[in-house]
Amino acid sequence: MIMLTKNKVDRSQLMAVLWEIQRKKRHIAHDDITKIAKEFDLSRMEVEGVLTFYHFFHRSDCGKYTIYLNNSIISKHNGMGSIQAAFEKEIGVPLGNLSFDKMFGLYETACIGLSDQEPACLINFQPFTNLTPEKVKTIISKLRNGEKPSDFCDKPKSNIQYTPAIDRTVFFKPYKDFSSLAFLKSNKPEDLIELIKKSKLAGRGGAFFPTGLKWQFARQNKADIKYLICNADEGEPGTFKDRVLLQEHPETLIEGMILAAYAVGASEGIVYLRGEYRYLKAAIEKVIASYKKYNFLGNNIAAKEPFNFDIHVHLGAGAYICGEETALIHSIEGKRGEPSTKVVFPVERGYKDKPTVVNNVETLCAVPHILEMGVDKWLSLGTEKTPGTKLLSVSGDCKNKGIYEIEWGMNFREFLKIIGAENPKMIQWSGPSGNALSEADFDRTISGEDLICGGSVMVFDETRDIPTILKHFSDFFVDESCGICVPCRTGNFLLNRKINKMISGVANRKDMIDIKEWSHIIKTTSRCGLGQMSSNSLNDAIEKFPKVFEKFMADESACKKSFSLEKATADYDRIINEITSDYE
Amino acid sequence: MNNLINLTIDGKKIQAEKGKNLVDVAKDNGVDIPTLCYFKSINPTLGTCRICTVKLNGRYTTSCTTHVTEGMDIEVNTPELLDNRKAIIEMLYAEGNHFCPTCEKSGNCEMQSHAYNMGLTVTRYPHAFSEKTIDFAPERMIMESNRCILCKRCVEEIKTKDGKSVFSFIKRGVNTRVQIDYKEERKLSEEEALHAMDICPVGAILIKGIANEKPFGERKYDFLNKNVHTSLNNNKIELKEGEKFVVATTSLAGCFGCHMSLLDIDTDLIDMLEIVEFNKSPLTDIKNFSKQCHVGLIEGGCANDENVHVLKDFREKCDILISFGECAIMGGIPAMRNFVPLQECLEEAYLNGLTSELGADIIPAHEDIPKLLDNVYPCNEVVKIDYYIPGCPPNAQHIWKVVKSILLGEEIPIAHDEFKYD
Ligand SMILES: Cc1cc2nc3c(=O)[nH]c(=O)nc-3n(C[C@H](O)[C@H](O)[C@H](O)COP(=O)(O)O)c2cc1C
Ligand code: SF4
Ligand code: SF4
Repeated sequence: MIMLTKNKVDRSQLMAVLWEIQRKKRHIAHDDITKIAKEFDLSRMEVEGVLTFYHFFHRSDCGKYTIYLNNSIISKHNGMGSIQAAFEKEIGVPLGNLSFDKMFGLYETACIGLSDQEPACLINFQPFTNLTPEKVKTIISKLRNGEKPSDFCDKPKSNIQYTPAIDRTVFFKPYKDFSSLAFLKSNKPEDLIELIKKSKLAGRGGAFFPTGLKWQFARQNKADIKYLICNADEGEPGTFKDRVLLQEHPETLIEGMILAAYAVGASEGIVYLRGEYRYLKAAIEKVIASYKKYNFLGNNIAAKEPFNFDIHVHLGAGAYICGEETALIHSIEGKRGEPSTKVVFPVERGYKDKPTVVNNVETLCAVPHILEMGVDKWLSLGTEKTPGTKLLSVSGDCKNKGIYEIEWGMNFREFLKIIGAENPKMIQWSGPSGNALSEADFDRTISGEDLICGGSVMVFDETRDIPTILKHFSDFFVDESCGICVPCRTGNFLLNRKINKMISGVANRKDMIDIKEWSHIIKTTSRCGLGQMSSNSLNDAIEKFPKVFEKFMADESACKKSFSLEKATADYDRIINEITSDYE
Repeated sequence: MNNLINLTIDGKKIQAEKGKNLVDVAKDNGVDIPTLCYFKSINPTLGTCRICTVKLNGRYTTSCTTHVTEGMDIEVNTPELLDNRKAIIEMLYAEGNHFCPTCEKSGNCEMQSHAYNMGLTVTRYPHAFSEKTIDFAPERMIMESNRCILCKRCVEEIKTKDGKSVFSFIKRGVNTRVQIDYKEERKLSEEEALHAMDICPVGAILIKGIANEKPFGERKYDFLNKNVHTSLNNNKIELKEGEKFVVATTSLAGCFGCHMSLLDIDTDLIDMLEIVEFNKSPLTDIKNFSKQCHVGLIEGGCANDENVHVLKDFREKCDILISFGECAIMGGIPAMRNFVPLQECLEEAYLNGLTSELGADIIPAHEDIPKLLDNVYPCNEVVKIDYYIPGCPPNAQHIWKVVKSILLGEEIPIAHDEFKYD
């Protein structure tokens, strides 16, 4: 149990306390909230506000074993339906409920970062992959027999399908622990910043902001303490590259963080690990401990300018928006994960109002490799604007699902060939908030100059229904909007209804025009990236797959298709029929 | 003063104090950027409502979060940005449940005032019917979530003396709402509680026992921008020399009350006939359309298949279709049968009712008798309706005024006593 010292209430402990209670009691009760509020000197409702923001905190019992099924479209396409049915049968209650014996709670959740091994689920945050109805049956009976999920869960596969030739690979090759840290001894922080600027490394979290520049800004801002945060929230549906990096090479992340901390002068490091990856927490903490043992973490770390730096892991609790860096900072501060306005940036005033650098896992992992291979070698890889390699998480309708480390500049068609996409119709590029690509894009190149990608690649073939896919994406944004600004909160909800109309076949030209106009309003007035990007794929798809939507476009009739005269008179016909036949 | 900087707002060169908030700079220079969440004492600014969205050097951003610096090029009142602003207000109306005439804050409500200024008569969005609650439990306050626009003013501004929040956001996404902490609320002084009600830009925070203390005319926004002329974007109908406007009317499942009201136009009828000719209508007894009409007026909803055919015919033959009266708009009295299965309705009417003959065993059915629909449908569920004139029945002068305004492409001036029935 986390100890709270009476005189020093640090709100950044709040989420950890909530997790602890959730774990032990399987829900957070009224009285718990009252106690927490007292400890943290907050109003009860403020605590309630924080905990109801996060999907994994429950106000009522969620079972001794809490099962989260991934409801992403990839999971649905891979047979989530039958898995759900199997679970429902075994535990005797429908999805979203607690079994009568209070043993099992069955819930759905957004993408859990296992898209290449779906259907998958988390049971007490332990992963179970490639599920079949039989496997579900075994799992439940094992749990009933008292076996612990952690004892028999699956270890998610890394499925690294492709890397460039060994001398051109960056991430997935043998790495000798501590090797990049020798750099510290002979270089000043400024040297490292210069080097990273020279490398043109840009943020792999999706925004591609130049990393060196970010570090420089943070370095320039004077403060008594600075923070470095690793963004391991990986929430974009379809991406799982950060998970694989954390599984395969946590040491490069820690070294990347030590180097980044040296560069910016940060003395506290935090890994914001998404709740869905809780099973990776212990391993990361083990690596941290070993670096501490060798004095690469802690006080007085050996370097040209010796420094203090330590890292701990903060666990998220199920909110996609917490991947947005300012929301993430609020989340660590024990607040609701609402993004800030962009008046000041985190490098100026971030975590606890101090200069803060937030970097993605992949960005940080690249740093030691750049030092190891030398910046010139790195610059010789990839393209002019985007040197180096990129990790892509591939899922959906293709033969070789998994992780691809590709050199920037790869031809898209070639990429489709390697992943074994046989009949690709729509490629969802960079996740639901990215872009929908069609045949027309297949001759482009994957690079900063042309098709840039944060990491998620979902392939949909000819057999898939595009409006259904779009509906899933829209559902995701409706669920995950933080709710603070109306264009995103209600705008996405209204777009979702339009998609419903398409799916039930009653949309018309006016609806299609509305979608376009409303999307523009949502895009230009939303407060953060979620709202600004949420309607991208919908509009892309409408533009790129005119055949799918032409029947709606063509319908200019002022009569409502949702009204069917046949259906409305069916009752009458039946009644009259029955009565007249009675009297014949 | 050497900290003056130069910037342009809508092409106009302006000097302002460096770092000053753009909303204030614009205001000082006669450009009014509407805001809802912006509140002087809250820093950093909230930036939640988004209606002050402008373009800064070509990029969209909110004015309230912008501090002016040298060389800024700001667009405020482009058609696109004006429409964005209106759209957001419309979205707020569609998302909540706002009934201004019964709201304690009416006339003192910032959102209502913006809506009037923007000429908002109806929202482009369908109503969201989101689940909202009214919380009467706090000692002194009422939290009316139906009206809350989640601007966050109360959350940031109202704290107890020991620094605790009284109002908090709970849940997220479309379910986000403001919840009052009962215990903390009790700690507020009378003055602080009133302050909370006062800073809420809408009527979401109410103090029990305090309502409408000021009569119409003395409220904050009653006469604000009284002379501002807002365009309603009506498209004018072009007539050829010597032509009159062609109007058709019909009564579907209604009581003919709306038509009776129509006749109450009295002597104005003579004026009307100067510019209008009636085509298919019970008034002319013309049974079939003989030409395309400019406007069709529909009374009553659809209760049987004949109503549906007539309505669809009207939709085709009339350029503009207007539902007038409650039955056309929402089904009205006939729609009360929607709560009873059709079979029971028929049996009650023809077999079991008090007025049917003893031993009655026939429900009339013949191909000439229209088939009853399973439910009574409002007209807009069957065809697209362009305008609605509410009322049961709508007032005669009012009907005529609306129709005339639509025909002539003029603005519809609605006097207070025309929509006030108490
Ligand atoms: C809605 C939204 C979700 C995001 N999710 C993530 C995420 O899961 N992981 C991530 O690294 N960055 C995410 N980002 C980007 C971060 O805000 C931020 O740019 C990034 O963590 C910075 O690190 P980088 O410069 O190394 O990419 C997200 C941004 C938005 C707007
Ligand atoms: S755009 Fe959406 S997620 Fe971002 S601040 Fe607005 S409501 Fe929250
Ligand atoms: S209650 Fe009023 S002040 Fe508070 S968030 Fe809602 S609208 Fe804003």
